[in-house]
This record gives sequence, structure tokens and C-alpha cells, in this order.
Amino acid sequence: MQHIHPADIQPRIDRLKDQDLYIHLEMTTGAYAAHLDSSKHPAATFISNAVIRYSHGSISGNGPYRVGLKTASGWIYSEGLTHYEESDSERLIMAGHDSQGKLVVALQLSKEPF
Amino acid sequence: MERHILVVLPHPDDESFGIAGTLAMHLNNGTPVTYACLTLGEMGRNMGIPPFATRVTLPEIRKQELEASCRAIGIKDLRMLGFHDKMIEFEDQELLDSSIGALIEELDPSLVITFYPGYAVHPDHDACGEAVVRTIAGLPEAKRPKVHCVAFSRDHEQAIGRPDVENDIRDFLKQKMSSIQAHRSQFQAAELLGKKKHTDKELQARFGKEHFWTYRFE
Repeated sequence: MQHIHPADIQPRIDRLKDQDLYIHLEMTTGAYAAHLDSSKHPAATFISNAVIRYSHGSISGNGPYRVGLKTASGWIYSEGLTHYEESDSERLIMAGHDSQGKLVVALQLSKEPF
Repeated sequence: MERHILVVLPHPDDESFGIAGTLAMHLNNGTPVTYACLTLGEMGRNMGIPPFATRVTLPEIRKQELEASCRAIGIKDLRMLGFHDKMIEFEDQELLDSSIGALIEELDPSLVITFYPGYAVHPDHDACGEAVVRTIAGLPEAKRPKVHCVAFSRDHEQAIGRPDVENDIRDFLKQKMSSIQAHRSQFQAAELLGKKKHTDKELQARFGKEHFWTYRFE
């Protein structure tokens, strides 16, 4: 994984628009959040291999980054993205890692199921 | 001496801190060990520092780490059961129980090691322990193997008391440290263990004992 360069993400978002895609979207504090610090509220959510299609999408912010994808009747949104997989040209694999390197958020798009 | 030990845990690396030394000790005594790992830990948050894994590559990386950990401990029979990480509590119970039941039937273990249901923090840990206990409770009393459980939730000692099994595994600290080091995407072994050797007194004090609660069936 490399640090996100928005200028490299935007063309990847554009290449994947207007087609059916599999999405993995996730956010998590980790199952140990409250065990390690009782003031923390453990929360996590993910959806894996749902099929979506967006007509327009972009990346914004100065890092960590935000991505918004406009679908026919709604939006897909993700904040806190820091890293992406540069070597993967077919898929868009993005994640946000906290200061300890742990994954907090993930947004992944692919023409094939994950 | 145990006849055969079956370990049932949900994630690669669950074996490292609480159980690895005990398993190395039993293997050294000649007891065969089978490790059934329910998932590949593919929803884990640790990706290495700096991150070298992604959500996509994590299952394959963790599979290799698990195999390396088993080699470090000396486990020759590793079964990866293919369930989805984080989803054990939602899994079809019949499917889960029959997978565990088939292993017990095949291996006829004298001891099963798992997590203590309700006192193991991660929902997958609790659900894994529940499935093991539920499956074994369904066997005739004479056929039930002993069950040793790992517990570490904040309140566990108030509810289940002190562990009744304490294993001194200082002679097997080398295998345990190698197991921890094998899970390089998950643990920062350099931070945890430093450059200390397995004979180091501080490491022996910190990691040299492993504790279990014998599960009491009603």
C-alpha cells in the first residue's frame, strides 16, 4: 500500500464509472476498542460484494482523503482514506489507516467479486 | 499425557500468546496436535507497519503466517475450515457444530482447547467457544473430551474464578516467540520482544506461563 496521491486516484475513479461494480465498503473501530479503553464505543460495519454503479465520482481533501460516488438514486461516501494499492490497475483498493497502522476504513471497487 | 489435542480457534494468531507454549510442550511429550482455525482473519485491522497487506491480500498473507506459526510450534496437522472472519456468531450453527463434531469424531481427542464462551472479548472468540462447548455437550458424557478454555475479558475472574490449569512453558518460550514473530502483519514482534532471547528473565516472567479454565459441563 502507498500513500494516496489524489491525482492518481481521480483517473482510476473515472475509469470505473458507468458500469456495474462490486463494492467492499467498511468502517471499524476494531473488536477490541472497548476492551482496551472502556471509554471507546466499539462500532464496525461492512458490506461486501454489493453491486453498485456510479455516474460520477471524485476524491477530495488534503489527506486523509474523502471519496464520494454518485449513484442513480443516492451516494456512496467514505472519509479517512490514506492508502491505496498502486499496482492494482483493474481495481481500486483504498483504505484509511490510523496512527498505529490499523485499518479504520476501506473502500474497494472491482469488476469481479472480492 | 494427552492422547490427542484438538485446538479450535477462530483466527490465525489466536494460538500465539495464550496457547503456543502449551502446545509445544505437549508436542515435545509426543502428543499429536490438530489445530482447526475457523477463518483466515481476513477482516483484521492490522496490515503491517508500514502496511504491506490490503483487504484483498490479507487472507493469503495470514494463511502463510498461520502455516509458519504452526511450523514454529511443531504442529503438523492444520485444518483451515474456511469460515468468514467476524461472522462466526452469525454462521449457521448446524454447519459450524457439524464441522467441529466431525473433527472430534475423526481424531477422538482427549483434550480440546478453545476460548471460554462469554469471557473472550472478541465475538468470534466467544462464538467459537460456544460452538465447541455446544458440540461436546451433545456427546454422551463418557465420550466427552476435557475442554480447556482461554479467558481474558475484564470481568472474567469475578464470574469464573481463577484458572485451574497453569502451565510453566519457559522451556518452550522459543517456539512461542517464533509463533508470535510468524504473524508479522499482526504483531510488532520487535516492539513486543525487542532483541531479547527466549532465555531472558523478563520475557520468561511475561510470557512463561499459560492459563486455562477447565470447562464444567452441567
